[in-house]
Amino acid sequence: MTHYAWTWVAIVGAGVAMWAVKAVGHRVPEHALDNPRLVRIASLVTVTLLTALAAIQTLTSGNRLEVDARVPAIVVAGLLLWRKAPFIVVVAAAAGVAAGMRALGWG
Amino acid sequence: MALLGLGRLTPAHHQAISVSVATGAYALSFGALSVAAGLDLWQTMALSLLVFSGGSQFAFVGVIGAGGSVAVAAATSTFLGVRNGFYGVALAPVVRPWHGPRAWWGTQVTIDESTAVALAQPEGDREARQAAFWWTGVGVYVLWNAITVAGALLGQRVGDPAAWGLDAAAAAAFLALVWPRLANRRSLTVAVVASAIALGLTPFSPAGVPIMVAAVVAVVAGWPSPRAGIRARAAGAAS
Repeated sequence: MTHYAWTWVAIVGAGVAMWAVKAVGHRVPEHALDNPRLVRIASLVTVTLLTALAAIQTLTSGNRLEVDARVPAIVVAGLLLWRKAPFIVVVAAAAGVAAGMRALGWG
Repeated sequence: MALLGLGRLTPAHHQAISVSVATGAYALSFGALSVAAGLDLWQTMALSLLVFSGGSQFAFVGVIGAGGSVAVAAATSTFLGVRNGFYGVALAPVVRPWHGPRAWWGTQVTIDESTAVALAQPEGDREARQAAFWWTGVGVYVLWNAITVAGALLGQRVGDPAAWGLDAAAAAAFLALVWPRLANRRSLTVAVVASAIALGLTPFSPAGVPIMVAAVVAVVAGWPSPRAGIRARAAGAAS
């Protein structure tokens, strides 16, 4: 087979494998989910998932740690959240701060 | 207004739409990178349609672009996607029971963002959690695939989504989603330790792995039974 054909095999294979990985979690038997320990951990996993995503999205570029216009943007977002601003305002303000600073050539 | 249903959009819908746009925009980078790595338009589209997990797709084309074998590309992609398997467990109270096409589609759109927005809704509000899961999952799927095509066609001419501040928008969206859960000290500690670990591991591990390892903090913190005194606060954390 050509390299092109093998690339297709890898793409479809990766797709099937990913679907299977996703499906496994959805097939964990019901009774296993009643465990209070599992419920506690699942609730905390939500916190780690969201904060890890926020931290990585704010402070990394590829494999590097990087401080740029996203940092003031997230600080503004934090202040707005503290002032109980609506979700969409927080997100739009963060985008505006980062885009504005970059347009001015800062970070 | 009722026809469009816009008047009835709940906070869960607003969050789902914001996260879908901020995430979907990154498919522009993916499409351009994939073509630059030597894949053609159809292969690029197939990756977004079939694999549908950002970190895994970037890793797949990264391996190919660096001259690696297609087998290593597929294996790396799958390894990075293992965390998606855990999301099905966390989503069980939200989505079960499901059958037929719903189960097929729901499985395919089980990713970081759909899980995060669904679980960020109040624990008792199953309707909001379901809306958040489906709107975010399908929203990201549609935009991610459409914008992948645009990125692949425009190639090197695409602008950087960062110029529009979309990277900061995504970061702010995740912060806003976790915000209500940081009200008690236990969750706050878990959050700080988890983000420190995720950031500390970033220079040394492929994308996706730091998020997975950060989840170990949740396992360690959630393993012991809470003592009576902090049980009330732990229950507060869950709401």
